[in-house]
Amino acid sequence: MRRVAITGMGVVSSMGVGLGAFWDGLMAARSGSRRVSLSDPNLLSVQIAAEVPDFDPEKHLAGISIDMLDRFSQLALVAGAEAVRDACLTLEEHEHDRAGVSIGTGVGGASTQDVLYRRYYAEKIARAHPFSIPRTMNSAAASQVGMNYGLRGPGICVSTACASAGHSIGEAFEMIRAGRADVMLAGGADAPITAPVFKVWEAMRVLANPPDAATACRPFSRDRQGIVIGEGSGVLVLEDWERARKRGVRIHAELVGYGATADAGHITQPGIDAPAHAISLALTEAGLRPDQIDYVNAHGTGTRLNDATETTILKRAFGDHAVRLAISSTKSMHGHAMGASGAIELIATILGIERSVAPPTINYSEPDPECDLDYVPNEPREMRIGAAISNSFAFGGLNAVLAVRRAA
Amino acid sequence: MSETPQSGDATAVDPASPEFERKVIGLIAKKKKLEPSTITPESTFQEMGIDSLDGIDLVFTFEDEFNISIPDQVVQKMKSVGQVIEALREVLTKRAPSA
Repeated sequence: MRRVAITGMGVVSSMGVGLGAFWDGLMAARSGSRRVSLSDPNLLSVQIAAEVPDFDPEKHLAGISIDMLDRFSQLALVAGAEAVRDACLTLEEHEHDRAGVSIGTGVGGASTQDVLYRRYYAEKIARAHPFSIPRTMNSAAASQVGMNYGLRGPGICVSTACASAGHSIGEAFEMIRAGRADVMLAGGADAPITAPVFKVWEAMRVLANPPDAATACRPFSRDRQGIVIGEGSGVLVLEDWERARKRGVRIHAELVGYGATADAGHITQPGIDAPAHAISLALTEAGLRPDQIDYVNAHGTGTRLNDATETTILKRAFGDHAVRLAISSTKSMHGHAMGASGAIELIATILGIERSVAPPTINYSEPDPECDLDYVPNEPREMRIGAAISNSFAFGGLNAVLAVRRAA
Repeated sequence: MSETPQSGDATAVDPASPEFERKVIGLIAKKKKLEPSTITPESTFQEMGIDSLDGIDLVFTFEDEFNISIPDQVVQKMKSVGQVIEALREVLTKRAPSA
């Protein structure tokens, strides 16, 4: 099996556009949660979101037909462009067939569908825009990013709710390991900030809704209330280790393990055995012992059930070592970017490895007896991170765990 | 997706007039980011770089602008600006006057 280098990263999140804004936000322990910018939020009981601030697609996507793109594809193209630049990636003509794309999404073209349905049901306009399909299909972001760079190898879009990016990166990793591709642009994108999407999440009764938007998401804290819906995209350049070595590019980290399991239990209630098994599978593939993991980027949604369950999962998977793990939920800052989460959080993890800092869990005010591990509360922590995992445990019980280690 | 508003005053333009021709050319020019003066009735979609997807996007624009429905068989005949103008005139003339 071949080794896989991460040579490029790009991110768009509620911290802003780009890796710089993202890392600065995490290190400043800043919240990206604000009052939602929807023009007509009156029917929403919850009006808090972690939106990408002041995103102007024209500014970031010169030369690309914006009309053809739903917001989730726009975000993916911007993150993809940063990742390609960051990796100094160029492909020889013969390499295009060996380079692919794997960009997942949970919700897909929500804002396009919103316009479509409003025209039909509310405005009684019989005509739908002819770009509606190219914009709304879940695979649109993967196709657009692939088209932008002429990636003619494997092209896939994994949609596993909030684990979409985790699985997308994991599957791309396995393709390179198995020799089916040499380079993969992998990640996720979601832009679900529309009134109907908010209504369905409200109906699940899992959204945080305190008076102060900035402190809404409080993972692992006793006073946690729930999720803050976010948006964004993360894209990583995964590359055959030898190819990366030969061209002398900086390697951010080595992607070493991927565990994928399904609860096959309840459609929303998280399981324990299957997520713990996913962690063990990722560690086994990585050839890492549990005690070699220093940092965990938790799924950490901030719901009562998720955070308590994830704590139990970590104890199950890591045994006595669980108490020595530095665990954080960066969702406390960038919100829950749905199908982009796994990519955004893997990028946070890798930046932490490179810069020897564990990003914090912000808005942590009091310990919960059900969450009794070390969640790096409120402030980033300088520490050497040799190896880490990033968890994505989705509604529907589909679990993806990625293991990374310091490049060496 | 740009939300073209339902245009009320578009019907005020007489389809037979040169003004109507200018309006159609203006819509094509705006959509394809071309200079209107470079477009004539003889200009073909191919010359203007309008592919099949651009074509149906244009049809959508005309439908919204003139509040009409253009049948598929008419759309298939549209390969040049002249054919577009002719087809639109045909559809607009046949349409029962709206209240």
